[in-house]
Amino acid sequence: MAILADQDTKVVIQGITGREAASFTRDMLDYGTRVVAGVTPGKQGQEVHGVPVYDTVRGALKVHPVDASVISVPPGMVKGAVLEAVENDIKLLVVVSERVPRKDVIEFLEAAREQDTRVIGPNTLGIISPERVKLGMAGGPVEDVKKAYTPGDVGIASRSGGMTTEIANLLTTHGFGQSTCIGIGGDPVVGSNFLDLIPLFDQDPETKAVVLFCEPGGIIEESLAELVISQKIALPIIAFIAGRFVDDMPGVRFGHAATIVEGDKGTAKGKIESFKKAGIHVAESFSDIVKILREVI
Amino acid sequence: MRLLEHESKEILGRYNILIPEGDVVGSAEELKMDGPVMLKAQIPLGGRGKSGGVIGVSSSGEAKDKIEQLLSTPIRGYRARKILVEEEIDIAREFFMAVTYDTVAKEPLVIFSQEGGVDIEDLSATQPEKVQKELFTVRGRLPQYRAREIVSEAGISGRMLLGLGAILSSLADIFLDYDATVVEINPLALTGDGKLIALDCHLEMDDDALYRHKDQAEKLALDNRYEGGRKSTDFERKAAEIDNLDHRGVAGRMIEFDGLIGLIIGGGGASLTAFDAVKQHGGKPANYCEIGGNPSVLKVKELTKHILTKKGVDKIAIIMNVVSNTRVDLVARGIIKGILEAGRVPSETVAVFRVPGAWEEEGFKILSKYGVPYCDRSVSIDEAAKMAVERTP
Repeated sequence: MAILADQDTKVVIQGITGREAASFTRDMLDYGTRVVAGVTPGKQGQEVHGVPVYDTVRGALKVHPVDASVISVPPGMVKGAVLEAVENDIKLLVVVSERVPRKDVIEFLEAAREQDTRVIGPNTLGIISPERVKLGMAGGPVEDVKKAYTPGDVGIASRSGGMTTEIANLLTTHGFGQSTCIGIGGDPVVGSNFLDLIPLFDQDPETKAVVLFCEPGGIIEESLAELVISQKIALPIIAFIAGRFVDDMPGVRFGHAATIVEGDKGTAKGKIESFKKAGIHVAESFSDIVKILREVI
Repeated sequence: MRLLEHESKEILGRYNILIPEGDVVGSAEELKMDGPVMLKAQIPLGGRGKSGGVIGVSSSGEAKDKIEQLLSTPIRGYRARKILVEEEIDIAREFFMAVTYDTVAKEPLVIFSQEGGVDIEDLSATQPEKVQKELFTVRGRLPQYRAREIVSEAGISGRMLLGLGAILSSLADIFLDYDATVVEINPLALTGDGKLIALDCHLEMDDDALYRHKDQAEKLALDNRYEGGRKSTDFERKAAEIDNLDHRGVAGRMIEFDGLIGLIIGGGGASLTAFDAVKQHGGKPANYCEIGGNPSVLKVKELTKHILTKKGVDKIAIIMNVVSNTRVDLVARGIIKGILEAGRVPSETVAVFRVPGAWEEEGFKILSKYGVPYCDRSVSIDEAAKMAVERTP
């Protein structure tokens, strides 16, 4: 079992006729993902790599049952696309688009929450459950995905898209397969952050440990440490925190309001300390991830 | 993007929030106001008061002197091009209010405190009960009744409850209408004659939303707003020019350091990882950069040449995560060409080449031809960084 999606998940691509979307649609199909329809307003009747295109999500759903949508549209149109999917009762959305205004993200997440819709992204490369399903651009063309990703029992959640594949590759090189690998998206606010995903991995009988890729900024890591303590999460978590050098740089000064909300959190050092207090394993170097995995699995 | 105080206050004014009578001047000659006034240097950071950026004067003669002084003195690395001249306000009491996003709750958050002033962070840490915080929704906004609930919980009632509630609700409207990531009034003064006036305002707009705020975007793009901030070095500026040679991928976002190992690293997360690893192994990087998105051979070539122009840099480490979009062969070709055009020998100049992924066979073929040491995907980013450090004298 993987989390979020599997080989039976039927997918619609919103914005399928875009250059990037058409390209990752091809890669998803090659990997065996069931892409059943695409949506681009005004382009109904066309096909993209054999996938029929519809004007509206509702129109696509009349013909094809759908479980998930991958959204790749210009930044200003993302809010509308997400609301369209939410209102048509699609329960898993992967928002690939970057540079979406923060207010739009918050607003569509409010709508998604009311309908119990899970959102990954924005600004995510997507999700891969090896040999089962690939949603979005993650890993690239199928032959590249196969080299880096192998099925197994380690979950990955990463704030960097490229490092999702890099961690999978490290694990594969050392004989650890992966259950589900998620690029959570690079923005300060994303639909599903570590706090949202760790409980899912924790409940997944197939996932035996999770690797997190963290960066400075924000307070998600600190909040995760609190969650692990308060909910007594026993799932082994191994965190790698990149950008330690950023702490030493004459940095950006946060405004008063941000300081009140976040206190002195947000530095790599602070994140490492809170993780250690919560019993989350911190990999001192990238290769140490493997060493720790051998100890905990 | 942070607006200057007078730009933020102009927006408060549009929402009927009282601000002091004032004028923005670019020189002493432009001064029109008389009598005791406050002079405030318009720079894009807080803590001005503590750094001499805010001066109270009693006469216009003194004002003229001090305006020239403020315009010619840098404050924490910034030099103001404009001075806000404001009437002096008789302050009976100060409040604090702000709106920002709570990134964990994924909702906007309003903050109100009955004690305003510069030490609000300390107050929040030591006496959190004096700082009210409450989430609201983008779609529901912060109607006045909810704003009043917050102010009332702070123990305020009577006429002031109505006034503060109205301002707090308007501030939430400004936050949403202007796609702000933070807006703050500190202090909000209660005057001796019972008015509520915003003495200072800090507003930051979401860069990704500027496209729908044309007026503000145009103003923010003007380069005469102030001088300063961290100045790019010539080395960094040249790198940025290289990045602008064409629109294919990124190859040139650079921060200069004073070490000797030239770095060509990417993407974002992997750059942070590789830079940390070089430092952990005792290496001293000459630069930080991020490449990605399949940059053209031309850009990689020029970037390589450019890094080699830095004094003492004889070795370059090329380290990226497993790439799927960027082509390994194009990166390899750019690196080799750059080294050759710089009149160096590729096999001696590349400390390590660790870029596995799309088109790697072709890439490795090119590198082999020039005897350049490369690693495949079985070598991790930090192991590659270690090699780079070991191979750099």
